[in-house]
Amino acid sequence: MADERTAEIAVSGAEDRAFGLAEPAGIGLLWAIALGALGTAWFFPLHLALAADILILALFALSLDLVLGFAGIVSLGHAAFFGTGAYVAGLLALAGWREPLSGLLAAGVVAGLLGLVASFLLLRGRDLSRLMVTLGLGMMLHEAANKAAWLTGGADGLQGIRIDPIAGLFAFDLFGRTAFFYSLSVTLLAVALLVRLATSPFGLALRAIRANALRARLLGIDVERHLVIAHGLGAGLAGIAGGLLAQTTQFVSLDVLAFQRSAEVLLVLLLGGAGNLWGAVVGAVVFKLAHETLASITVHYWTFWLGAMLVVLVLFASDGMTGLARQLAHRMRRRAGARRAPGS
Amino acid sequence: MRIDRRGLLFGGTVSAALVAGGARKARSASPLKIGLVLPMTGPFASTGRASETAVRLWLEERGGRIAGRTVELLVRDDTGVADTGRRLAQELVVREGVDVLMGFGLTPIALACAPIAEQAGKLMVVTAAATSIITERASVIVRTSFTLPQATLGIARWAPKNGLSSAVSLVSDYAPGHDAEKAFEQLFTAAGGTVLEKLRAPLQSPDFAPLLQRAKDAKPQALFVFVPSGVGAQLMKQAAERDLAGAGIRLIGTGDLTDDDILPQMGEVAIGTTTSHHYSAAHPSPENERFQANYQRLSGGRRPNFMAVGAWDGMELVARALERTGGDAEGKKLVEAAKGLSWTSPRGPIAIDPATRDIVQDIYIRRVERGKDGELWNVEIDRIPAVADPVKAGLVR
Repeated sequence: MADERTAEIAVSGAEDRAFGLAEPAGIGLLWAIALGALGTAWFFPLHLALAADILILALFALSLDLVLGFAGIVSLGHAAFFGTGAYVAGLLALAGWREPLSGLLAAGVVAGLLGLVASFLLLRGRDLSRLMVTLGLGMMLHEAANKAAWLTGGADGLQGIRIDPIAGLFAFDLFGRTAFFYSLSVTLLAVALLVRLATSPFGLALRAIRANALRARLLGIDVERHLVIAHGLGAGLAGIAGGLLAQTTQFVSLDVLAFQRSAEVLLVLLLGGAGNLWGAVVGAVVFKLAHETLASITVHYWTFWLGAMLVVLVLFASDGMTGLARQLAHRMRRRAGARRAPGS
Repeated sequence: MRIDRRGLLFGGTVSAALVAGGARKARSASPLKIGLVLPMTGPFASTGRASETAVRLWLEERGGRIAGRTVELLVRDDTGVADTGRRLAQELVVREGVDVLMGFGLTPIALACAPIAEQAGKLMVVTAAATSIITERASVIVRTSFTLPQATLGIARWAPKNGLSSAVSLVSDYAPGHDAEKAFEQLFTAAGGTVLEKLRAPLQSPDFAPLLQRAKDAKPQALFVFVPSGVGAQLMKQAAERDLAGAGIRLIGTGDLTDDDILPQMGEVAIGTTTSHHYSAAHPSPENERFQANYQRLSGGRRPNFMAVGAWDGMELVARALERTGGDAEGKKLVEAAKGLSWTSPRGPIAIDPATRDIVQDIYIRRVERGKDGELWNVEIDRIPAVADPVKAGLVR
């Protein structure tokens, strides 16, 4: 316990404000997701497939936020765990285990274990070498899945996956209703867990390590243990996101392990802002909606406009959208303060 | 309320107009919505571009109508990713209410979308993806492209009869490559040839040099190659550097190797390469000449390739099936109507096998030659008529 209390001290009050991570903010995120999602279901009942897609991407980005935003481990291969989860869920269903909840749990556990093992590789070296190791790990898994065609179906993917109705009641439908509410429930649970984690002594210790690993170590925090656990948890959550995708689309292909997916989720997180949970969700929503809107306007050149948008965003908001929002709020507060000052 | 003559007349006119209006609406019907799911961006964008151009050309020539109904085209970019493609197909069905799903550039995407089409009861026309199993994954799928074993059959049967009885196969190490390797070995052996060695190149950034050297050392009469479209040029260049032709080794393969879309840029090294495929832009027929000229006009000088002709025939299939059903676009009825259809495509005569819903077509043997215009063309030198998918026919196991 002692090391965790010291960790609380290590994260100074100033930094706490900078992260904006008091518990009410986290609860607010839960409410925002729930209300936003229910609003979507009410007003856009024909857009639920897209909404489910956004939720899964948000969950995937949240898992990376735990690894990158909290533990400070730079990763270019996070899709390795997402894909592992997807294949575990898909293969279980193909083998006859069609109950979705336990299948999803299995996906999370296997990906989490893989994450734990992989984390020992990540303890050595710093950012650049971690980038290389995660990139290599992702590519190795992708090629392994391609080679193991007898198990994974190779480039053709896993077909004929059937999933039982959730709790024996809700069958997966063409409108994506079940997929949507299923993804929503899982995402809300995950956010609740992450909010709890972020404000726990463990979460504070993680942030201390991210701020300055050497100082955190001097304060008595077991840096290695914290990083291993955080990476394992992040990998597990990514596996659950992958499992969700496999179960709701009832198909798994090599794309789930592709480098593009790792890059995309990193982009989403940076777009939203890392290290505060809000960013992952905001980033996923903005990225997917921008993608959809641009692709519907210009089906050939949307990638160009999306790229332009990202460049502009990075120029003006290097901390992502949540960073920009915080800056604006801060400036407004200062202006309000200045206006009040002369009169008082 | 008094009923006078004027009132009666007025009321009668209004109701007559309403009835007539209603009748007209029923006759011209709502537009036929066709959803195209294709890779429009990313590494497979050329497939999407060629297919879309061909579909637009078809519509332009028919005045934008099919069986008296106007056509509304909805193009969606699947970016070459299966789960994206699946969601887009789902949205096209539930949100846009499309009557027909068409396109599908890559096998995993077609396979991921198959359950959607089946569940929604919509006709799904596969105009590009070429893995044999696709049509078996849903009863509403009809294919107008080709199957890889079908294209392989041509060269595998032709080679032993034309002095090439020993071969080494070289394929990319992924599912379609494995399919090509298997189909070639079985069909080539059945036709009296011997496969000396089977080589596989990694899919990602392949270096063919060591493999080509091994192929050369095995001293075959032919080297059979299957690599994804686009990689072929690099392979041919390396084959020329190792002087395979000088060692008496002929380069053979399926038409993907000398895709008409990129053949003009391949240069001297491609000359002499012999492939088998279902479509060459140089196919001598009035249908193709017209298709060729109009396509070049619409695409800014690009040649139509097998992706383009697949999409063109996809539209032709929908039109012919819809005429048979009298404009009824219900999925099952359209599929039934599509079974057994046959027509002359720019590629030559084709038919839809009523038993498998897969395409039956002539497979041509083509050699790359420099044409009178100074450009490279796949010149047809032989033809194997009415080839069905060899996998479904039990020729390849």
